[in-house]
Amino acid sequence: MKEVAASDICARVAELCMRACTVLPPDVVAAIEAARDREESPIGRDVLSRLLENAALAAEQGIPMCQDTGLAVVFVELGEDVRLTGGHLEAAIAEGVREGYEKGYLRKSVVRSPFDRRNTGDNTPPVIHTQVIPGASLEITVAAKGAGSENMSALRMMAPAGGIDAVKRLVLETVEKAGASACPPVVVGLGLGGSFEQCALIAKRALLRSLDDRNPDPAAADLEDELLALINATGIGPMGVGGRTTALAVKVGTAPCHIASLPVAVNLQCHAARHASYRWK
Amino acid sequence: MFDRPSSEPLIRLTTPLKEKDVLRLRAGQWVVISGTLYTARDAAHKRMAEALARGEDLPFDVDGQIIYYVGPTPPPPGRIIGAAGPTTAGRMDSYTPALLALGLKGTIGKGPRSAEVREALKQHKAVYFGALGGAGALLSQRIRAVEPIAYEDLGPEAIRGLTVEDFPAIVVNDCQGNDAYEDARRRWRKA
Repeated sequence: MKEVAASDICARVAELCMRACTVLPPDVVAAIEAARDREESPIGRDVLSRLLENAALAAEQGIPMCQDTGLAVVFVELGEDVRLTGGHLEAAIAEGVREGYEKGYLRKSVVRSPFDRRNTGDNTPPVIHTQVIPGASLEITVAAKGAGSENMSALRMMAPAGGIDAVKRLVLETVEKAGASACPPVVVGLGLGGSFEQCALIAKRALLRSLDDRNPDPAAADLEDELLALINATGIGPMGVGGRTTALAVKVGTAPCHIASLPVAVNLQCHAARHASYRWK
Repeated sequence: MFDRPSSEPLIRLTTPLKEKDVLRLRAGQWVVISGTLYTARDAAHKRMAEALARGEDLPFDVDGQIIYYVGPTPPPPGRIIGAAGPTTAGRMDSYTPALLALGLKGTIGKGPRSAEVREALKQHKAVYFGALGGAGALLSQRIRAVEPIAYEDLGPEAIRGLTVEDFPAIVVNDCQGNDAYEDARRRWRKA
């Protein structure tokens, strides 16, 4: 049995919120650099250069790279042999989010209710997804999810008869409709299968993968390659100014599903693909 | 700040915009704007629409002015503002024609506008600019002063007057009905 103090979780989560919003992960920086070098559109290339300049400035000066510092979406992998002391998991995470958004001068972008839309003032509550796994490890990932790309995402319960061709059409339609609103070049998280709610979560989790990894499922890997080429043929380009870089990557996640169902979730992520993790050993 | 054909001079705009400034702008041109930009996004637009519905004045005279759709991060010590890039303009579409009718000459955001807004831009001789989405740290460097105007209780959504110098933007929709995003897509789409 391993013990972790709630106060430690709170402090780490606060730090993860601040880090995610100011430091773009190295795989994302590398993907934008590679895209800039490949981009044929002069204005598109220039936009990518500015985005890199923006990321460097944010990291160097410790200011957020984007004013939409997002809803804090927190992924927890909690080992069965971990015991929390001095508090509760979700409360400690919420306290960490509150502290991180205050200390980091991050924007408070959460309203308490869709009816009165009053700002909670501290960016809580976060959205927390917890997986319980064997062992004594604990890992927490904070993704700062901006609304620009989230609003342009889509979930559809498709008929299995449409097959993967219909899936491709939905992905392209979603990216085309989003255009510059989603802040391209985007990362596309594609969830296939599962149930209605599981499918959305698969798509969101796919966005946490390193942009340069290779999907171990050959069918999914092929679909990722094909969709990336199709999306980059739309011409939308960086921030919609035209060019070959509309997406940096497509990440596909799958799950078994009902014989009558083909749930498809397309979760768009803007170029500021912000997330940070900490693992307790 | 952005590449442009060397044959084209950089277009400098100063607020308030006059009709002649707007008439010469064409979709796809890069401009730099100096003067005052008024910040307003979802919640501030809702309140302005409610004020107009009650027959009240707006918190600032929109005639000739530019609204920047932005909700900045709070200023850390020693700074006047945090990150300040554009938000999605489409969410303000339903409010925009009424403001254009009152003389608003420009809006700055990201992403496409509705057919209604584009029609209103033509009718009232105004433009929609796109700023660099997700470059909030970089764009904040062009902001020289921040003045509270209204709705302070809205926090990041309050209306503020930003004094800007050489704020870069692209003309997305001009007053002739052109759309830079559509033009770009046509030019770069692979068959």
